[in-house]
Amino acid sequence: MNREEIRALALKKLLQVAPDINPGELDPKTPIRDQYDFDSMDFLNFTIALGREFQMDIPEKDYVAIQSLDGAVEYLAQHIEGSAEEN
Amino acid sequence: MSEFRLPSLGADMKDATLREWFVEPGDTVTKGDSIAAVETDKGIIDIEVFESGTVKEILVQPDEKVPVGTVLATIRSGGKTQGHAEPRKAGVSEDKQAPPEDMPRALNIQPPPGGERKRISPAARKRARELSVDPENIVGTGPGGAVTLEDVASSAGPAAPTGTVAGTAEKQAEAAASSMRRAIAAAVVRSNREIPHYYLSTSIDLTPALTWLEQQNAERPLPLRLVYAILLLKAVAGALQKVPEMNGFFMDDAAQVKDDVHVGVAISLRSGGLLVPTLRDVHRKNPDELMAEFSDLVNRARSGHLRGSELQDATITVTSLGEQGVDTVFPIIYPPQLAIVGFGSIVERVRPVNRAPQVRRVINASLAADHRASDGHRGALFLAEIDRLLQEPERL
Repeated sequence: MNREEIRALALKKLLQVAPDINPGELDPKTPIRDQYDFDSMDFLNFTIALGREFQMDIPEKDYVAIQSLDGAVEYLAQHIEGSAEEN
Repeated sequence: MSEFRLPSLGADMKDATLREWFVEPGDTVTKGDSIAAVETDKGIIDIEVFESGTVKEILVQPDEKVPVGTVLATIRSGGKTQGHAEPRKAGVSEDKQAPPEDMPRALNIQPPPGGERKRISPAARKRARELSVDPENIVGTGPGGAVTLEDVASSAGPAAPTGTVAGTAEKQAEAAASSMRRAIAAAVVRSNREIPHYYLSTSIDLTPALTWLEQQNAERPLPLRLVYAILLLKAVAGALQKVPEMNGFFMDDAAQVKDDVHVGVAISLRSGGLLVPTLRDVHRKNPDELMAEFSDLVNRARSGHLRGSELQDATITVTSLGEQGVDTVFPIIYPPQLAIVGFGSIVERVRPVNRAPQVRRVINASLAADHRASDGHRGALFLAEIDRLLQEPERL
């Protein structure tokens, strides 16, 4: 899975959790909660959706790495490399 | 035969606009199914049927605005299909075997012209329409091959929510936001006019609760992790067992204290305004059950799919503005309730522990209570009890 595919999937999950976010306005570099009223429950739901989609556990201590869309894509890319090759 | 009427979804509600039917004449409905969406001052809300049976006639069409109590449809009691519903029997037979609780919203089955009918939940069907996707072309992954909301989203792809669809949704959101603003205005004006508030605040050391939570979450898979708000809700419900006069309503010139704790949880919407859905029986549920319900409520509040019954019956409200970075909230009671509890942000503060300074994580809890029903002394006891309970998070 390449980064563009990961990004597309991650964005899709974000929009499921927060359907009222306009993806055209989202700054991928800035933490989502600094741009929108994105509370800890939204964040957890987003993390759960990512965990399901990419079939991985994301420990709480890694939450800091996935605060922005770019951060999430980078984190996911690093953590799914092994399984991606198997597919 | 029974009449399906527009329910009152709050003391201030006078009318609502029918937005969508999830059923059509001949469809079988089960008590508790959401069968229509109406737009009220609180936003778009799914309303439930309170009797099982078959939809006989639909009397109010989409976009009609009608007063509370209007008969929207007639329901033939008993759940048996009759008349022209008969030919559908083969297609819906799987439904009858499945327990209705498993997929309460998947009852609406749209017959495609002349062919086998696709199973699709009402929410998924609505989303499919918004995204201009034909449900017939979607492979369903739900029970019995039903098309779920997720299937619709997957088939639409991530780019779908932009463009003209988003434009229409924005306009609807704007209209809903302004009517919600009016409803909030009505509630707070009544609150400030009628309720003599008193306010108390205390700062609570949340370090033990957060440490416990982090240990719990480290051992839990993602979907079972808890957010700290759950512990706050449990502590409020626990404290109400000791100081019950904060829980209930002030009506007919008297406080009506309630035993059951139904907590209204204020959820702010990114499009503006807020919704206060109810978490029922918080005192009886464990943190895991509450977490699952809370997560579901937040999700549906965000997507505009709360049921009418979920906005009713709260006996107290909890509001947490901590995530916006304020230390202390000075909340306004949601009438006719007796009290509201506010939590600010979690901040690090140097505090004495065993006479030595330590950096602790601290939260300010505040209480606004109705002075007609209780006095400050009881309010202080209530906040102290919340504090005490949060020092033993494993017992919540």
